Amino acid sequence: MAEISSRNRGLRLFARYLVLALVAVVFMFPLVFMVVSSFKPDGQLLADTSSFRAFLPVGDISLDNYRAAFERAPIGQFMFNSVMITMVTVTLSIGICSLAGFSFVFLDWSGRGVILSIVLATLIIPFETIAVPLLLVVSRLPWVGLDGVEWGWLNTYRVQIVPWIVDALTIFLFVQYFKDLPRELIEAARVEGASWLQVYARIVMPLSGPVLATAAILKSLKMYNEQYLWPLIVVQDEAHRPIMVGLGYFFQLNVAWGELMAYLTLISVPVLAFYLFMQRAFIASIASTGVKG
Amino acid sequence: MAHVKLTSVRKSFGSVEIIMGVDIEIDSGEFVVFVGPSGCGKSTLLRMIAGLEDITSGTIEIGGRVVNDLPPKDRSIAMVFQSYAIFPHMSVRENVGFGLTIKGVDKAEKEKKVLEAARILQMENLLDRRPSQLSGGQRQRVAIGRAIVRDPSVFLFDEPLSNLDAALRLDMRMEIGKLHQSLGASMIYVTHDQIEAMTLADRIVVLKDGQVMQTGTPMELFHNPDNLFVAGFIGAPRMNFFEVDAAPVGNGAYRIGAPDVAETVVTAKKPLPEGERAILGIRPQHLSLIDDAGAASADQGVLTGKVALVERLGTETIVNLSLPSGAVLIAALDGDNPVAMGSAVTLAYARTDAHLFAKE
Repeated sequence: MAEISSRNRGLRLFARYLVLALVAVVFMFPLVFMVVSSFKPDGQLLADTSSFRAFLPVGDISLDNYRAAFERAPIGQFMFNSVMITMVTVTLSIGICSLAGFSFVFLDWSGRGVILSIVLATLIIPFETIAVPLLLVVSRLPWVGLDGVEWGWLNTYRVQIVPWIVDALTIFLFVQYFKDLPRELIEAARVEGASWLQVYARIVMPLSGPVLATAAILKSLKMYNEQYLWPLIVVQDEAHRPIMVGLGYFFQLNVAWGELMAYLTLISVPVLAFYLFMQRAFIASIASTGVKG
Repeated sequence: MAHVKLTSVRKSFGSVEIIMGVDIEIDSGEFVVFVGPSGCGKSTLLRMIAGLEDITSGTIEIGGRVVNDLPPKDRSIAMVFQSYAIFPHMSVRENVGFGLTIKGVDKAEKEKKVLEAARILQMENLLDRRPSQLSGGQRQRVAIGRAIVRDPSVFLFDEPLSNLDAALRLDMRMEIGKLHQSLGASMIYVTHDQIEAMTLADRIVVLKDGQVMQTGTPMELFHNPDNLFVAGFIGAPRMNFFEVDAAPVGNGAYRIGAPDVAETVVTAKKPLPEGERAILGIRPQHLSLIDDAGAASADQGVLTGKVALVERLGTETIVNLSLPSGAVLIAALDGDNPVAMGSAVTLAYARTDAHLFAKE
């Protein structure tokens, strides 16, 4: 009897892994195709697409596409821009959105429920609808720098950072997490003489590791992978462009497919490295929020 | 040490009144316990003293200063919470010294005070541990240690022993009692456990539905309860109650009688409303076995019944008696009493130990 049930368990496990492996293979296909194609000349790449050879590193394999990609676009600059914009935005976003969440949950001020609802309502507004008004605003904003006051933020890093710092999803994540923190910890700290800012810095934030990881992961992926339309509008200057805008360099007159694949492979490296580094936190964050990254 | 005074304190959440005009005075160095059933407002009252809840009206004074609008940190109080509320990301040393760190006390002075608190609570060996490595009792010591180091005028305890098992609860109860004696600070302690209240308190405040039902020393409440609620709440096993006819015979005395209670004369603490039935209360500890009704003396009342259940606890024997009307009476007899299940017995009580209340 025990033998049968143990065999059944083994079979069930095998079936489960088989399904998971099949799903993994399906998801891996585009990635494998991208990497393999990045080593092939365009002619062979296009010819191979009709067969399984498209997923195998066979035929005329070389690093020519990488060389050409580097010549065609300033990849290093684009990657630096994207990584820098992502890191600064994520850091500021976590700081400011967590403070907002803290205020919504712990501070007693009238109208906070209504204001939180309004903030959350902005989740349903697609970016495309506010892109043009936002362009008008940022094109006229002042900036006080070392050279005095400048007008207009176009062609800068800050125009790609500031509008993305505060977002409803990140605030929502912090609000939900803070609500579940034991209220008595906050009250104990208050009784012990901590100011609200000390409660935030010394009690709440050190206990918020899981939500910090979730917010950082979701925000980083969004900033690195999805910054295309906005930089296209506000940055004409090559020195400030992020990686996604760099894709356009490979779509001129004739699409250079091999170089495009090389470029995509290169820009995927930081994301994959980030994913592997934060894999456990990444899975936990998706599971806990039910939000797709 | 500080004197605490609550005057006409009220608290409402919307239209619901939780605390209905409470007046309490707590002397310097006194240990006062707020006791009452769940939802009676005792924790809310404590949180109002701590400054964690606003008060709707009235005044709260600590050390002669009105603190209604002061934040918790300026009230010179320390609070120990039911869930301990120790910070999980800090070591015991950091937890105990948290208030001093916030205050900016210098490192050497802080370490000295933390070690002193650890010595008092016998937890010197735990200082470098994290809360997750501590047992429930040890966590509660850390919470108490955090309160001690700040040298507050008033200690507030919000059901601090509720999360501990029975044996640990007894140990910690004794430790809190000792702590009060050694520190001599004013302490306000909230509990729903009347044994905790009786053993720890200099004075008990019994609360029900946001109102003070009676204030007094544990023995005052035990021997002279003002009303049915206090009579039923204080004392274990609970006081026996019988609905009786009561006819005044002068000097506050009434001739009482009921199907289960032999006719006798009992004095009421307060005059009873005329023409209404009354409630006779007899504590289980005040009942003793006699051979038969004829053996009762003139100043004793008598009850008879059949033994339905015997619980032998060693120090005492708890007997459940089935009375002629079917009502149940509980008697606490001495531990070695040979009373047997099913036997018919006669119990006597001193008339001066009986309580007579108006029917509510």
